[in-house]
Amino acid sequence: MRLDGRFGRFGGCYVPEILIPAVDQLEAAFLDAQEDFAFAAELTGLLANYAGRPTALTRCRNLPGNIYLKREDLLHGGAHKTNQVLGQGLLAKRMSKKRLIAETGAGQHGVATAMVGALLGFETVVYMGAEDVERQQLNVFRMQLMGAEVIHVESGGRTLKDAINEALRDWSASFENTHYLLGTAAGPHPFPTMVREFQRVIGREARAQIVEQLGRLPDAVVACVGGGSNAIGLFADFINDDVRLIGVEAAGKGLDSDQHGATLLRGRRGILHGAETYVLQDDDGQVADSWSVSAGLDYPAVGPEHAHLKDSGRAEYVGATDAEALAAFTALAKSEGIICAFESAHALAHAMKLAEAEPDSAILVGLSGRGDKDVSQAQALLA
Amino acid sequence: MSRYAAMFDRLGGEGAFGAFLMLGDPDPQTSARLLDEVIAGGADMIEVGIPFSDPVADGPVIQAAAQRALAAGIRVGDCFDLIRSLRERNSDVPIGILTYANIVAARPGFMRDAAEAGADSLLIADVPALEAGPFALEMSEAGIEPVLIAAANTPVSTLRRIASVSKAYTYCVSRAGITGTHAGGQFDAGLIDRLSTAGAPPPVFGFGISKPEHMRAALAAGAKGVICGSAIVNLVSRREGVASFVQSLKAVTRNDSVAE
Repeated sequence: MRLDGRFGRFGGCYVPEILIPAVDQLEAAFLDAQEDFAFAAELTGLLANYAGRPTALTRCRNLPGNIYLKREDLLHGGAHKTNQVLGQGLLAKRMSKKRLIAETGAGQHGVATAMVGALLGFETVVYMGAEDVERQQLNVFRMQLMGAEVIHVESGGRTLKDAINEALRDWSASFENTHYLLGTAAGPHPFPTMVREFQRVIGREARAQIVEQLGRLPDAVVACVGGGSNAIGLFADFINDDVRLIGVEAAGKGLDSDQHGATLLRGRRGILHGAETYVLQDDDGQVADSWSVSAGLDYPAVGPEHAHLKDSGRAEYVGATDAEALAAFTALAKSEGIICAFESAHALAHAMKLAEAEPDSAILVGLSGRGDKDVSQAQALLA
Repeated sequence: MSRYAAMFDRLGGEGAFGAFLMLGDPDPQTSARLLDEVIAGGADMIEVGIPFSDPVADGPVIQAAAQRALAAGIRVGDCFDLIRSLRERNSDVPIGILTYANIVAARPGFMRDAAEAGADSLLIADVPALEAGPFALEMSEAGIEPVLIAAANTPVSTLRRIASVSKAYTYCVSRAGITGTHAGGQFDAGLIDRLSTAGAPPPVFGFGISKPEHMRAALAAGAKGVICGSAIVNLVSRREGVASFVQSLKAVTRNDSVAE
């Protein structure tokens, strides 16, 4: 390894020894690609002409306060996930891998991986908890339509964390020809660093756009945090600015209930899926099941850089409940004509609170995805 | 002399047979009895799993064993109790713990508790040599011998690090992948040679050992022993006895040394 993969005390590379050569190869490919003009040109080309970058920055016309939305919902695929699957897909090509594997919760990352598999010509296998397969039939079909095989994971709680376990197990036998296209800025080094760099484009664009529209930096930058890839991508270019960075976790049915996904707010330091980070767990270190109305925030660990940003005090982390997120989802639809993902609605829910307290503050919100995937669930919840 | 060193000494050229069981599987009482059974069957060293909710290095058989133990309500403290009572019944057999980093990290004084219970070594499946330093230091301070994994694809620089950090034995994996998914493997004599050149502790093969021919291949490649896990745990899952199975595999190490 050329980098130590640490963010303060967090991060690292806690994988079985057998996988070390695979993560080593990935780190080398990533670092080499960072210096390769041809790689950057190909990725930039795909981001512009396939995915539709840059995405818009929209100032809300009707919501109270001064809220700006970074519109990753407008990206091809419907969410920020596309940015980094294109990056990792090109890296997999560079490493001459033939096969992609991925985990998915609700199916968004699985769909994004299937997309890049189709585009770049990989055999693609997506691990998905059997529980999630039942809840997200449409996304399963989308993946299959783009040529991916979806494997139902029956172990453990049959959700996202079990799908990650299964993908890691596959990878430890298949790394010679297979790239594990991890879906967020979590996992062992180099994933947290690599995914942040591929998502950095969100914040880079947003920073330039808000300076152009507003004539200055925003007062606060707000993003939802599950694994934390859209938040870290949005935060990255603001880290050295005098700007509040606020991550919003899923408070589910309440932070004091046992049904939430608020890892940074209610978890303890631990080691899961390759990284030292905050983990929702019992006293013995058994990992707890998380809960959120939004599948993308339903994860009992979090990217290690967020753990560091929390402990160092550079970023603040707060929670938004299922109910608050649903209210923000509805408000955005009614007042701005935008149906956002439930995940993004958590960020918006907190931004709306902040806007009420500070009507003059300029608040930049990462609108990480569109809400098409959530409309039938919303219909049931709002009935 | 540590119990592992004494065991390898005692066995001379005879290969060591290590039996793996998940602690608390399927319940604490049965688990204690199974530990006695594998010793009665002739196991030279006992490897015990402390169950973890997310065992990424394990195949379906060991995963299911961990789930059974957790479903039975087993806690880490209960695992130490099982080790303690086994140690009271048997003062010589080396006992090694196999578990995952979060279990160790969640319990301040894990190493000390393990040592006090009578365990000899600790292998943390998701801590590679690269991250092993702080864990190994804590183990050494507590009198627990660190065990690390070496695979055919592990570079020589890492094998040297394994040699400098680990004691007890070196857990060699016979193939890529996870535990118990398919039988057999490549018992790589090259790996054994590289470990020996690096000065690593005695090589013991695990992963895919379920039949006499796997044991013969492992020992022929130069291993000082083998660890059999999923095949034994499979019997446990079917509520069958394990002593005669252990006996049949252990017999291979005796026959082979006679043949030498």
